[in-house]
Amino acid sequence: MSHVDEHEGTRRDFLYYATGGAGAVAAGAAVWPLVNQMNPSADVQALSSIRVDISGIEVGTQLTVKWRGKPVFIRRRTQDEIDAARAVTMDELVDPIARNDNKDAALDAEDQNRTMDEAGEWLVMMGVCTHLGCVPLGDGAGDFGGWFCPCHGSHYDTSGRIRKGPAPENLPVPTAAFDGDTEIVLG
Amino acid sequence: MIKNLTLSALTALGLSATAALAAGEGGHIHDVDFSFEGPFGKYDQMQLQRGLQIYTEVCSACHGMKFVPIRTLADEGGPQLPEDQVRAYASQLLVADEAANMHLYDYNEGAARPLTENDHFPANEAQNAPDLSLMAKARAGFHGPAGLGINQFLKGIGGPEYIVAILTGYTGEEKVEAGTTYYENTAFSTGWIAMAPPLYGEDVEFADGHSNELHHEAEDVAAFLMWAAEPKMMARKKAGFVAVTFLVILTSLLYLTNKKLWAPHKGKKTTL
Amino acid sequence: MSGIPHDHYEPKTTFTKGVEKRLPIIGLIYGTLMIPTPKNLNWMWIWGIVLAFCLALQIVTGIVLVMHYTPHVDLAFASVEHIMRDVNGGHMLRYLHANGASLFFFAVYLHIFRGLYYGSYKAPREITWIIGMIIYLLMMATGFMGYVLPWGQMSFWGATVITGLFGAIPFIGEPIQTWLLGGPAVDNATLNRFFSLHYLLPFVIAGLVIVHIWAFHNTGNNNPTGVEVRRTSKAEAEKDTLPFWPYFVIKDLFALGVVLIAFFAVVGFMPNYLGHPDNYIEANPLSTPAHIVPEWYFLPFYAILRAFTADVWAVQLVSMLTGGIVDAKFFGVLAMFGAIIAMALVPWLDTSTVRSGKYRPSFKWWFWLLAVDFIVLMWVGAMPTDGIYPYISLIGATYWFAYFFVILPLLGVLEKPAPLPASIEEDFASHYPGAAE
Repeated sequence: MSHVDEHEGTRRDFLYYATGGAGAVAAGAAVWPLVNQMNPSADVQALSSIRVDISGIEVGTQLTVKWRGKPVFIRRRTQDEIDAARAVTMDELVDPIARNDNKDAALDAEDQNRTMDEAGEWLVMMGVCTHLGCVPLGDGAGDFGGWFCPCHGSHYDTSGRIRKGPAPENLPVPTAAFDGDTEIVLG
Repeated sequence: MIKNLTLSALTALGLSATAALAAGEGGHIHDVDFSFEGPFGKYDQMQLQRGLQIYTEVCSACHGMKFVPIRTLADEGGPQLPEDQVRAYASQLLVADEAANMHLYDYNEGAARPLTENDHFPANEAQNAPDLSLMAKARAGFHGPAGLGINQFLKGIGGPEYIVAILTGYTGEEKVEAGTTYYENTAFSTGWIAMAPPLYGEDVEFADGHSNELHHEAEDVAAFLMWAAEPKMMARKKAGFVAVTFLVILTSLLYLTNKKLWAPHKGKKTTL
Repeated sequence: MSGIPHDHYEPKTTFTKGVEKRLPIIGLIYGTLMIPTPKNLNWMWIWGIVLAFCLALQIVTGIVLVMHYTPHVDLAFASVEHIMRDVNGGHMLRYLHANGASLFFFAVYLHIFRGLYYGSYKAPREITWIIGMIIYLLMMATGFMGYVLPWGQMSFWGATVITGLFGAIPFIGEPIQTWLLGGPAVDNATLNRFFSLHYLLPFVIAGLVIVHIWAFHNTGNNNPTGVEVRRTSKAEAEKDTLPFWPYFVIKDLFALGVVLIAFFAVVGFMPNYLGHPDNYIEANPLSTPAHIVPEWYFLPFYAILRAFTADVWAVQLVSMLTGGIVDAKFFGVLAMFGAIIAMALVPWLDTSTVRSGKYRPSFKWWFWLLAVDFIVLMWVGAMPTDGIYPYISLIGATYWFAYFFVILPLLGVLEKPAPLPASIEEDFASHYPGAAE
């Protein structure tokens, strides 16, 4: 629609394209902040990684902390619980995958692949039933001495693996690491 | 004539800064050449760390800073303390005024819980001292002349300068009125301020060996409070610079396009 | 659309024909974009596009700020600090929004004074003018309520003082004030309703802007000569006009670019220059700041409000005649709103047959005196109310009313206008001698 004279076309066209291009860049640059402002803000991001003091957790007890809006179970297991978890063979499991964010995604659900330490004393996992998101009961609940979800009857063993009931997957292990002997960093 | 109209409108904009007249007129305030002034000015990291030390060791006894998240001490462009130092700093902070920090109150312990880097600095209202989070933006050091806003245009609003002037403006005179002691201060609007002189010089020892004379301390803590009030100043100036630069390019292109477009109708020849 | 004869959109493909038959939207867009525009428009005709940009800027930044803001007296101030410190780019969004209001008013004042100088308000453009004035009033209401939202000291006390104006109305003032505030004083109820209305009014403004544009697209633009486009035939009209796209779009965008360079310089390097330091102190109902000063764009009318004190004889006379019903306080309120109403009535107060001030030798002087008066009032509005300042306010306010109610009606009768150009084409050619083929 612009009244371009044909005979001196190219140089004139170049100016128009450059202007149009710069205008498009300006429009794009104006849109980005409007999108980005909806991303998590600095205070929310700061809480995406939290530190948990575990010095007060006795053997056989569990600490539940809120992390990214959801419960995380931090359990210091007894030797009996560890032995029970490690005695299970893979063919007994509903979900044969470790579900551990700290390790290779393809690893199988051996208890060693889910615990924080080699000895298996510390087990950290999301306290959210993989069925429909309820929070399972702990402290030896359920048929397998681990956790039991009261909503629809899913039973998890002492390693947090699904054994019976409608839940499809093992309780996932979130990104977690020891910082010294007394702190765990989540995220 | 059109130029005149635009010009007068620009003057109007200048005049408008008189709106910023109010806060604390009176005393004389000297312009301080802070590192963060000007379009490319940056905060001096060491100065902010020294200022933080003064705030922690002196000011925080009476003044809170409740809008400033402690974690931002690690942010780039600020004091930029290493993260483990920020954590250690947070855990050592004392909550002087529990009533003003009930969100930190631990009912099991019967006291405020230890702070973490994700908390804000504690509020402190026990002494009736104003919160310092935004102090450097809540005061104007420069005014006029004659309400024209020219000084603020040239020197800035002067919040940090006002803080320096207050901290160094004590004459040593005091008086008691209705049971309250007032201290004579050349920078304060009424000449008499309720705050006892907080700094005398040599109040703190700086790890970097910087001078702790009174006016150095005052400038350091003023710079820190400017950062506390406007932590995103560097990001803002950078965004402003990029925007202005890009708009100059775009506008130049639009100028040429406009000229080109109209040339045939204005009977002009163009070479572009 | 009636008005200037021009090409209409002709759908060519089956698809566009089908759409056009059902909803003539392509034709509407084409007609709006290609509208014949007087080719002699000067650089004062750019403020409309700047204003459109401002409205878009304010609505867009406003909507995203609301995603992080909390309208509650205990949380509002902290949520603004959350925006400034934590939200991604939040400090820029807030500074753009706050300074965007200043740009909006800066542009609207130039837009209004352009209209006043070139007689854009005269027949047949009275409705365009009146709608513009309503938009301006809504802008003031929106700006005022927006300033309350950060819940700083100026927010709180500004809200207290401005709503107090309504309390000055005789008999029904106090109930109205209580109704506005939702209680005996500015409080959470006030903040919540101001937030709601601050969000609503911009969309009302957007609707009125469409009507404003519709109105002057119907009459055609005014232009610096005030001589109408010849419209006996399309060929003749085309000698006076050029289509809006691309000629005026590109010209306006260039001007917008220049304005935005200055705007972004302010936002990037001195974003608090036009603000007030006291608004960085959280609202405290128990302590009033030493001086309460409105935002700069309200100052001229604030000065008029304060000009009429009880010792002005006109105030005393009115007070006596009304048996004290119109006291000094109410007189001030009437004067402030009257000053804006005077502007709105200007199509009927200006009796001159010549539209553009360019051809009115004495009008020019009075007009420029009004422009100076406006700036003086703006300055004095921020000054204390003692010494010489009340006299300056009073003289300034008096001239404001005299201009509209005395000078304009008389000038039309007394003044001998200069000869007008025969056509826009002739005017344009006189600026660009090469243009006459």
